[in-house]
Amino acid sequence: MSIDMAQFHQVFFEESFEGLDIMESGLLNLDMGDVDSEVINTIFRAAHSIKGGSGTFGFTAVSDFTHVMETLLDEMRDGRRQITQAAVDVLLGSVDCLREMLSAIQDENDIDEVSVAEHKKALEIELNGASGKDNSPATPVESPETVVIKEMESATESGWKISFCPHADLLKTGNDPVRMFRELSELGDLEVIVDLHGVPALFELDPEECHLSWTLILKGNVKREEIDDIFDWVEGECDLSIQELNLGEALVNMQQTEPSSLVEQTTPSDSLITENQENPELKKNIPTSSKPVQAKEKKSKGAASTSIRVDTGKIDTLINMVGELVITQSMLSLVGEHFSPDKIDHLKNGLVQLERHTRELQESVMNIRMLPISFVFSRFPRLVHDLSTKLDKKIELKLVGEHTEVDKTVVELISDPLVHLVRNSLDHGIEMPADRIAAGKPEVGLITLEAYHRGGNIVIEVKDDGKGLNKDFLRNKAIEKGLLDPDAVLTDKQCYELIFMAGFSTAEKVTDVSGRGVGMDVVRRNIQSLGGNIEITSHLGVGSTISINLPLTLAILDGQSIAVGDETFIVPLGSIIESIKINDNMVNRVAGKGETFRLRDEYLPIVRMHHVFNVKSAKATKLTEGLLVVVDGQGVRCGLFVDDLLGQQQVVIKSLEANYRRVEGVSSATILGDGSVALILDIPGLVRLSNQ
Amino acid sequence: MASILAVDDSASMRQMVAFTLKGAGYTVVDAVDGIDALNKAKTQKFDCVVTDVNMPNMDGITLIKELRALPNYKFVPMLMLTTESGMDKKQQGKAAGATGWIVKPFNPDQLLKTIKKVLG
Repeated sequence: MSIDMAQFHQVFFEESFEGLDIMESGLLNLDMGDVDSEVINTIFRAAHSIKGGSGTFGFTAVSDFTHVMETLLDEMRDGRRQITQAAVDVLLGSVDCLREMLSAIQDENDIDEVSVAEHKKALEIELNGASGKDNSPATPVESPETVVIKEMESATESGWKISFCPHADLLKTGNDPVRMFRELSELGDLEVIVDLHGVPALFELDPEECHLSWTLILKGNVKREEIDDIFDWVEGECDLSIQELNLGEALVNMQQTEPSSLVEQTTPSDSLITENQENPELKKNIPTSSKPVQAKEKKSKGAASTSIRVDTGKIDTLINMVGELVITQSMLSLVGEHFSPDKIDHLKNGLVQLERHTRELQESVMNIRMLPISFVFSRFPRLVHDLSTKLDKKIELKLVGEHTEVDKTVVELISDPLVHLVRNSLDHGIEMPADRIAAGKPEVGLITLEAYHRGGNIVIEVKDDGKGLNKDFLRNKAIEKGLLDPDAVLTDKQCYELIFMAGFSTAEKVTDVSGRGVGMDVVRRNIQSLGGNIEITSHLGVGSTISINLPLTLAILDGQSIAVGDETFIVPLGSIIESIKINDNMVNRVAGKGETFRLRDEYLPIVRMHHVFNVKSAKATKLTEGLLVVVDGQGVRCGLFVDDLLGQQQVVIKSLEANYRRVEGVSSATILGDGSVALILDIPGLVRLSNQ
Repeated sequence: MASILAVDDSASMRQMVAFTLKGAGYTVVDAVDGIDALNKAKTQKFDCVVTDVNMPNMDGITLIKELRALPNYKFVPMLMLTTESGMDKKQQGKAAGATGWIVKPFNPDQLLKTIKKVLG
C-alpha cells in the first residue's frame, strides 16, 4: 500500500513551527531558581513531537537534530541535570536552527549544514560536559534500512525449539498466544505442543488468566530476530527459551541449500524462495517509500504565507450565518411564487432580514481574516531577551492586549516596523542599570507592548520608562545634519517627529542593534502604506510612547461618497475633518499657487475635483455653489471642492493596481450598489496632483 | 471491519495514522489526548487502540491504564506509538497494560502490518 506522505507535510510544518514557538516561549519563561516541571515537560513534548513527525515523514536531518535536544531536555525533565542559563541559551539557539532547517525543507532549499553542525555540537558539549551522569552521546534513530540488513546477515538457522510459558496475566495486556502462533506459522513449519499441567480445577479456574504453556517447534530457514520480534511484546510476561534445533545439521543444510533432513514434513523449497524474494523487496521498499515524499514536497511550497489558521468558532458562526441566509432566501422565493400586493409586508420583512444576514455574513467573513496580535507579539520576548543580554541592560517586557484582533495583512506587515521600534526603545530608550539607579529608577527597565481597539482602528503602543527624547538634542542634531533650518520654531510634537526624517540618527555610535539612521523614516512609510499613522509622546527622564494607529482591516473601508457631476468618488471617512459651504471672502487666489481658503486662521489649498478628474458634467463650478470637504491625509490638509455629499457606507476595496494600473490621487476602487465603479481617493496623492 | 481509536496530539501524525488505517478499510476515530480518547472510548467500543505516549493532559500510558480498568477494554489490543527506543517507556507501558508498541519513525506499511498482527 503506497501512501503519499507529502499530503501530511503542510500540517507537519505548521505544527512544528507552533511547537518551536512553544519551546521558545517556554525556554524564555524558565525561571532558573525555581523551575516549573510542567514548563519543561511542555518544551520536551514539543521537541518530542517534532522528532517523531520528522522521522516519520522522512526528514532525518531534523529528527537527528531534535534527538539530541530531546535527550538534553529529558535529563532536565527527570532532574538528572541542572538547568543553567547556558543550557537554555544553547537550546534557544537550537530552536532557531531547527526553525531554519524546517523553513529550508519547506521551501526546498538546502539545509545550512555548517550551522546545524555547530548547534548540534554545542548541544552535545552541553550534554556531555556539565552535569549529566549519562554521558552517552546521542545515537541517531536506527533507520529501518539498517535493521533489515542486520536481519539478512543472520538468516542462517534451520529450526528452533521454543518453550513458551506465559504468566497468568499475559492475556490482560491484550496479547493473545494464538495470534503469536499464527505469526510463527507464517515464518515456517510450526508444531505446537500444549502443556496442560498448569490448568487448575474448574472451580478454581479464572477464565481471564492464562494457565497453559507451550513447546513450539519451528522448522525452516527462520532468523532468530524474527522470533524475538514476535515475542518482543510479551517479554517479562512469560518464561521463554528459544533454542536452535541441531546446529550441526543446520550448517550442512546451509551449504547444500536444501531443507533439513531432520525435518519430517520437509519444508517445500518454494517457501525458501519466497522468503528470499521477500527480503530484497523489503529492503527496496524502504528507500523508495521515502523518495516520492521528497518529490511531492514541491506542491506544498509557499503555502504557508497564503494559508490561514482560523478558530473553529468563527467557522461555526459562518456556517450558522449561511444557514440563516438560506432560510431567508427560501422564504423570499415562497413570497415571490404567488405574489400579490397584500404580501408586500412579507416581502419587506424578508428583505430586511436578507440585509441583516448579508451584513452579518460579511462581518463574519471579514472576521476570518482577523488574527490576534499575539502572532506578532510572540516574537518579542525572545528579541528583548537576546538584545538585553547583548547590551547588558536589564529589561522586562510586558505584553498587553495580545488577543486584540487585526487583519492578517496588518499582522504580516507590522512585524518589522515593530521590531525596529522595540529595538530603538531597548537601545536608545532604556538606560544602563547603573544610570537607572542613579536616576532613582528601578534597575530593571520596562518596555510595554500594548494593543487595543479604538473606534475603527487598532492602536499599538511601544512604551518604555527610559530616558525619553531630548528635544534640544534632537533639534541640534537636525540642524547639524542640515535637515532643519536653524531659525525654525518647532512645537514639541514637531521636534519628536524629527526622528522620522531620512538620514537622522541619534546614536552617537552606530551599534548593530540600531542606529544606522535608515530606520525610522522607513518605519513611518511602512505604517503609512498600511493606511496608518505613527505618533510619539515623550517626557525627558520618564520615558517615551510611540503609538501606531492602524485601520482594522485593509479589505473594507468606511467611506463617504461624494458627487462630482455624474461621477461618484469615495473619501475615506477617517480623513474627513468637516464639510463646509464657503463664501467668496474666505477664498484667496495666490498667483501660481492656485486657490486657498481660510479656515480658522489656517490657509488650505482648494482641490477642484472636477478639474483634477476632468469631469465635464460637474454642476458646481463656482466655489460658492458646491461644498468644500476638508480632509487630512497623512498630515496634508486641503479642501476638496465637490458638488454634493451623498452618503456614508462601507465599501469593499478593489485594487486598482491589480486590475488596471496605478493612478495618482486614487488609492483603489470599489463597486457601488448599482454596479458602477467608484474611485477611492488618496488624499496626499490628490494634493500632489492638484499642485501640478 | 474493525474499529480503531487513534490518539495523538500531533495533527500530522493523527492524520497519517487515520488516513493509513482508513485506507485499509478500518473504521477510525481519532482523539487529541488521553482525556479525549477516554471519553470517546466510553461512548463506543473499539477493537483496537493506537496511542501516542507523550501527550498533554493525559499521556498514553495513563490512558492505557485507565482503559484497561474498563470492563469493555480488558482484552482489547492497545498499541503505543513511541519514539522511546529505551526499554523504560516500553516497560511502563507494559505495566499499564499495553499490548505492544510501534516504534517511531514508522511508515504506513509498518503500521498496517502491526495492526493486522493484533487484529488478525
